Amino acid sequence: MSQPINEATVRHIARLARVALRDDEIACFTAQMGGILEYVQQLSALDVSDVEPTAHPLPITDVLRDDLPHEPLGTDAALANAPRAEAGHFALPKVLEQQDA
Amino acid sequence: MLTISETRDAVVNRRQSAVELTRAALARLDAVNPTLGIALDVPREHALARAADIDARVRRGEPVGPLAGVPVAVKDNICTRDARTTCASRMLSEFRAPYDATVVERLRAADAVIIAKTNLDEFAMGSSTENSAVGPTRNPWALDRVPGGSSGGSAAAVAAGVVPLALGSDTGGSIRQPAAMCGVCGLKPTYGRVSRYGLVAFASSLDQVGPLARDPIELALALNVIAGHDPRDSTSVDRPVEDFASAARAPLNHLRIGVPGEFFGEGLADDVRLAVLGAIDDLRAQGAELVEVSLPHAPCCVACYYVVCMAEASSNLARYDGVHYGRRAADARDYVEVYTRSREEGFGAEVKRRIMLGTYVLSSGYYDAYYLRALKVRTLIRRDYQAAFDACDLIVGPTTPTAAFRLGDKTADPLQMYLADIYTVSANLAGIPAVSIPCGFTPDGLPIGLQLQGPHFSEARLLAAASAYQQRTDWHRRQPNV
Repeated sequence: MSQPINEATVRHIARLARVALRDDEIACFTAQMGGILEYVQQLSALDVSDVEPTAHPLPITDVLRDDLPHEPLGTDAALANAPRAEAGHFALPKVLEQQDA
Repeated sequence: MLTISETRDAVVNRRQSAVELTRAALARLDAVNPTLGIALDVPREHALARAADIDARVRRGEPVGPLAGVPVAVKDNICTRDARTTCASRMLSEFRAPYDATVVERLRAADAVIIAKTNLDEFAMGSSTENSAVGPTRNPWALDRVPGGSSGGSAAAVAAGVVPLALGSDTGGSIRQPAAMCGVCGLKPTYGRVSRYGLVAFASSLDQVGPLARDPIELALALNVIAGHDPRDSTSVDRPVEDFASAARAPLNHLRIGVPGEFFGEGLADDVRLAVLGAIDDLRAQGAELVEVSLPHAPCCVACYYVVCMAEASSNLARYDGVHYGRRAADARDYVEVYTRSREEGFGAEVKRRIMLGTYVLSSGYYDAYYLRALKVRTLIRRDYQAAFDACDLIVGPTTPTAAFRLGDKTADPLQMYLADIYTVSANLAGIPAVSIPCGFTPDGLPIGLQLQGPHFSEARLLAAASAYQQRTDWHRRQPNV
């Protein structure tokens, strides 16, 4: 479990997390994340071989509500906070344009 | 300032109108907000219109709710249609929720008047309210100190006498820790007791909404209103709501209070230790039986908590993609840049750090070593509490290892900030309720909090014990000079 986290790993994680980071942020995060990961490695000292994981504090599973019709939010309300909306849809830059570039 | 019961009484008996009380609360907020940085949005007109409606119903002799005319401040990660909901993040700086959170609907149905959305650490990630993109909240007891966090604005609003009641959210101590540092009372209910519908998700298996107020009876009056099953939150528990206020006023017989040695170890400041031990003596003098209990895995709870909450945060915050709502980078050239650049611009450093660490502990090759292991340790922590509650009714200890620290003291070292949560996170991991109440002051005049924790759904007993303690002490009556 003990492996150092380096800048290459931090860049990879940033790509997975879809966060653009500047070079100085990469350096700073590499040091800080390394320190935090080192701290949480104390968990590896515990024997958990026969222990079930707890994903949730209460034994609630497969909760279903009654399937009744209700008033939906509506397109206008759903789009009210959209950075860009067109013709009742969320608008994004064109996907195909990047292939021409 | 009037209590919740006094406010309702004054409105119903027409000694003071809800409009007058709302104006007074707004005036107090205007007076202290430039210094303290409590409020992010103030829905004045909506508040005054609702207050006028309550007064009109009183004049017509119509019934009004249990919180009639009570000015309330709501943490800004709880959705409200009448005001912006920004989570103190650049990502949501203009966001206006299309619906009210269930707790907000319930406050309104009870005729409370929401006068402010309060400052917090961005997306509730922090322990000092310094991670707010808008600026920090300051502690009403000492302006160079933090109010705690992440519900720092809510705690400061109650401490400064702006409102008798505020709502916060508690993922790892974010209600109890600022309550302790600001000298007020704060309750984290049992996981599932209060609906999370409309609470902006940070760590879904840990988040819970709860009240901050001056005394445990007031917390109980608020819990009466906000607790209960909500079909819109699949983790909300379908279980009848007791009258917590009546229960909190009832005398307790033969209370067994557990004192875990792990809560009094290294890292606990002497002034906090002294005040908490003094409070435990008071509880014994009031007839409680003290029982020594052990929570052997308590020293690992911060490590366990941060792995779990960062994993859940990285997943929950994936929704901020610059597409549906929130900030979008102006000059993103393709859809991947829409994501990466919007998130770069929209999130502050602590939020990015947690998303990154959460992504790491969930990524291929590290999932078992970090995330799955933390979930197993969470089971051990839960079992510790089950065993302890076989021997006692409640557990007592400090809420925080130190009183309020200075602004800037811990911002350079995230790990030091995380350790401020050492006594609070285990209740969230186990899903149990816990309350913080004032139990003394440091020689510098900073408030100190006593924490009581109980088994699942023991809020009534927890609040009764807290109330019995407060009836014999006057720490909660002191007010800051601000």
